[in-house]
Formats: sequence, C-alpha cells, structure tokens
Amino acid sequence: MGFPDRIERTVELAHPPEKVWAALTTPEGLAAWFGDEATIDLRPGGPGRVSWTGGPNAELRVERVEAPLVFGFTWPIYGLPADDPRRTYVEFTLEPVGAGTRLTVVETGFAQLPGDAHRTAYDGNTEGWAKELAELAGYLDAA
Amino acid sequence: MPPDHEAVAEHVFAALADPSRRAILATLAADGPATATDLAARLPITRQAIAKHLALLAEAGLVTAEPGERRRVRYRVRSAPMQVAQQFLAALARDWESPLGALKDHLDRGARGPYPTAPDQTRGHDG
Repeated sequence: MGFPDRIERTVELAHPPEKVWAALTTPEGLAAWFGDEATIDLRPGGPGRVSWTGGPNAELRVERVEAPLVFGFTWPIYGLPADDPRRTYVEFTLEPVGAGTRLTVVETGFAQLPGDAHRTAYDGNTEGWAKELAELAGYLDAA
Repeated sequence: MPPDHEAVAEHVFAALADPSRRAILATLAADGPATATDLAARLPITRQAIAKHLALLAEAGLVTAEPGERRRVRYRVRSAPMQVAQQFLAALARDWESPLGALKDHLDRGARGPYPTAPDQTRGHDG
C-alpha cells in the first residue's frame, strides 16, 4: 500500500477515562490542549469548531458519542478547498487500564476517491468562474 | 483501495519531481492558462522542451488542452489529480503526536486553569 488511508496512534494516560473524556469532549478541555478556542455540541450530528489563534479553524461534525469510551467526529481534509465535501473520520477510543486510560486515535478517509457529486460540483465551479469572469469582462468593456 | 487513486498520485509526484515540469505547472497555477509560446517567454526553457513537457503532462491528465487565441492551444492545470495527491500529503502532514503530547501534559498538570471543575476534586483523582 502506498497511499495511507488510516492513521493510528495510542497514548497511555495516567488518568481515568472520565477525565480524559472531559478533555476530549468539552470546549474547555479541547481549548486546553487541542486548539486555542473550541465549541462543541456533543451529540451525533452536532457541530463543533476548533480554532487556532492566527491559524486555521476546523469545523467538526460529531458522529459518535458513547461516554466515556468512544468519541468520533468528521472534519475537513487539511489542504483541500473549504467547500470540498471529503472529510476524514476521527475516532477516539478510551480503554481503562488500571487507574489510567489507553487512548487510541484512528483517523481514516485520506484515500477516499472524490465522488461524482464532488466532480460535478467542482466542474460546475470552474465553469462558474469562467462565466463570471467573462461577464465581468463584458460589463467592463461596455462601461 | 482503488488502484487508480495511487496511479493518479504517482503521475502528480513524478511530474513535480522534474524541475521543468514543476516550473510549468507553477506558472500555469500562478498565472492561469497559457500556450507553449507564453510559457517559453516566461521560463528559461525552450519552446520545444515546453511543448514536449506539456504533451507529457496532458497525457498524464495533469493539464488539459483547450483552444486559445489565434488557433494556438492553451493549457491549464487540472486540479482534480492535484487534490488526490494533496490527500496523500494530508496523511503525511497529519500530526497527532503533538496534540496527544499536549493532551498528556494538560492532564498531568491537573486539568486546572480554565476548567470549571473544582480543583480539589480533580487533584483527588490523580492519586
């Protein structure tokens, strides 16, 4: 395999799952380690946002909420245009180990193909721009 | 994994590995569609070499040819394969180590600071 679709990392934390869960799923928690500011509506389908001062914002969509063991969300693929419908799915799994937690994060979807819907939307966009630029040129010529 | 996905990324990276093709793509991206003659005027590459590179890039699906002024063929970058390659780079560029390290530090600090939880109770869990 040359094209990575899936990224997985595990970290051992010396804190119980409840505490890790709060850090992952509350605005205060996310702002303390992930971004500089965060909002989250913790329910499947709920929106969230993590922002970095002077940097990008990430719009999340909450997908899975099984407190305090599984938290999943989708977010845009970094580097693709903001209106690109492709998103990766990030899932945090919390496993109690002694007094601590084994936290695993899996991110999948890097290798998804652009869908036909995307292609149509994209081509539409390109043509849209060409048309708008032509209209602008016409408008300026007439003026 | 669809095999053509990887093939598309390979075309893009192979094209970008060549300095002349990289310069041609960069110019098309920066300045918009152009003919081989336009590109030859802007780049330190002969028109013949540019025409050869453009033919290769068109065959790989990285640029498209379209009718331009005075019957000249104009080329423009196709963004779709670039976005496929960008997905590959996004996976390479995704850094989970730093945020997970920050999470660990945050929890080890006792999750104080902006937390609404009572600090004493939080500390009590640390053992």
